[in-house]
Amino acid sequence: MTARIGIVTFPGSLDDADAARAVRIAGGEPIALWHGDDDLRGVDAVVLPGGFSYGDYLRCGAIARFAPVMTSVVERAHSGMPVLGICNGFQILCESHLLPGALTRNDHLHFICRDQRLRIENNSSDWTRNFDAHSEIVIPLKNGEGGYVADEATLDQLEGDGRVIARYLDVNPNGSRREIAGICNERGNVVGLMPHPEHAVEELTGPSTDGLGFFTSVLSSLLEGAAR
Amino acid sequence: MFSRDGVPVARVIVDVMLKPEILDPQGRAVQGALGRLGLDGVQDVRQGKQFVIDIDGDLDADRRAMLERLAGELLSNPVIEDYRMRVLADGESL
Repeated sequence: MTARIGIVTFPGSLDDADAARAVRIAGGEPIALWHGDDDLRGVDAVVLPGGFSYGDYLRCGAIARFAPVMTSVVERAHSGMPVLGICNGFQILCESHLLPGALTRNDHLHFICRDQRLRIENNSSDWTRNFDAHSEIVIPLKNGEGGYVADEATLDQLEGDGRVIARYLDVNPNGSRREIAGICNERGNVVGLMPHPEHAVEELTGPSTDGLGFFTSVLSSLLEGAAR
Repeated sequence: MFSRDGVPVARVIVDVMLKPEILDPQGRAVQGALGRLGLDGVQDVRQGKQFVIDIDGDLDADRRAMLERLAGELLSNPVIEDYRMRVLADGESL
């Protein structure tokens, strides 16, 4: 039986179809989830895709946090279900307090879209375990509010606990503190990532196929969990 | 203040500002524009949001407390923002 990976669609989500495709290519079964429905349809993991949920009104992710589906996602995340938030999904995870800190407007004020080099700093989370330690990958980055901020104590704690899962290389594209591109929670099941692995899963359309590693990682995590 | 039906309406103002330690690139861009338009000596500009909430009935302590909670939970993100809430007195303008 293949793992069922839920992809949530909010009003304004853009990358739900690509996320579903990435799950399929990695060998999982994508399951469509709807923001207004708190039923997670028996999924084993959830992806919160990129886009502009609720038009980014108020703050990015601030309204999506209160969608009925998020009540179930937050509850299951606390009991260990793997959750990956990409871009707007990362913003929603921060607004939901599943991850610390916040994403703010890029320091240079421009929307940015580029192929971005990253270093995987933590290859033990549920979404990064199939990467080699310190591997360098290239996946697309596209955001207007991707600057990761948190107070110094939180940043020190994230670094000390090895919860920075990916860091920008070459340039800091959005003013993120300590070049942070992605973080995870203490347990390693909830991961937020600003760049887009779901756009880098096929040679034809992506700058690489490096993004696949996030999706095969969660399948490995779920398989190991099932064997335990 | 009264609605068209004669029901009393309270007006609540919530101001939200980025915390001082959070970089405000929009404010900085506005600061630059003010300088380019000939205004000298602008030390700093911070950009914020203002919510004007008209709400039916008298604001008892419970509803006031609920508004206060939602100002911190929904209208602002305590990680990066501070808020200030006030209830306008009758006839007081924004």
